[in-house]
Amino acid sequence: MSNAVSALQARVAPGEVTIREDGLRGMIILRGDLGSKKLRNVCKAVTGVAVSAQGQADVTGDNGLCWMSPDELLVLVPYAEVAQALAAIDKALSGEHYLAENVSDARALIHVEGVFAREVIAKLAPVDLHPDSFKPGDFRRTRLAQAAAAFWMRDEDTFEVICFRSVAEYVFGLLAQSAEEGPVGYFAKL
Amino acid sequence: MLTLHCPCCGVNADETDLHAGGEAHLKRYGPGSSDAQFEEYLFMRENPKGVHFERWRHVYGCGKWFLAARCTNTLEVFGTYSAQTLEPPQDIKDAISAKRPGWVWREFK
Repeated sequence: MSNAVSALQARVAPGEVTIREDGLRGMIILRGDLGSKKLRNVCKAVTGVAVSAQGQADVTGDNGLCWMSPDELLVLVPYAEVAQALAAIDKALSGEHYLAENVSDARALIHVEGVFAREVIAKLAPVDLHPDSFKPGDFRRTRLAQAAAAFWMRDEDTFEVICFRSVAEYVFGLLAQSAEEGPVGYFAKL
Repeated sequence: MLTLHCPCCGVNADETDLHAGGEAHLKRYGPGSSDAQFEEYLFMRENPKGVHFERWRHVYGCGKWFLAARCTNTLEVFGTYSAQTLEPPQDIKDAISAKRPGWVWREFK
């Protein structure tokens, strides 16, 4: 097998808010009936977390589930376990109407960590990121400047951003510059 | 700036997250229909100054279509609702009537 590398090979832009490309992560796009018992059970078995509620993400370590749309989930697993997870999903859902596809190499995952991580994202996305509206666990698909992206809050100071691999360089640059220029100080916390 | 509530994923999406899909509630006539009906379906559009019904797609978000009732004059949004409807639901009609008494749009009022 070829030597798989992530889009930016774990590049880091250090600072008060650090932007860090996560490296390889297993991602499976799963479309189907999110109310289906079989689907819910296999998601729990593969990732260890229950199917997220609307607009939520539940990620612990490398495993997790993100609610992408009313019929779509993003399944996160360690990169080495993708084939195994995909096989488990295919086995559990055979006969149902569903689609599961490995998109690990089509995406990039970027961490934004630091005291004003919230503002770094808020400068780039048309999303209400006020601490009262966007809380840890919340997930949002939107755009960052001109590129489609999705992000969720892991904790108060950490966001995780996913985008297409082809725009990873652009998105990383945006986040790094947004972090470098410092906080706006709009949110009450600062 | 227009902000619409997406009824499919429940977020308040900014205009730049959305894609406009033209007029809502177009009626496509089936086999045996007249040329005039086909012309109506293809080309005849409302262009109101006031209450209007539109299709929108939450293109950067959940990717789903939904319908919105808004005022083209003031950009006021009366409500959004599922695209799987043939006419605006009663609560949307009531919301418009409260703000714009006597409104008429195609066959709805």
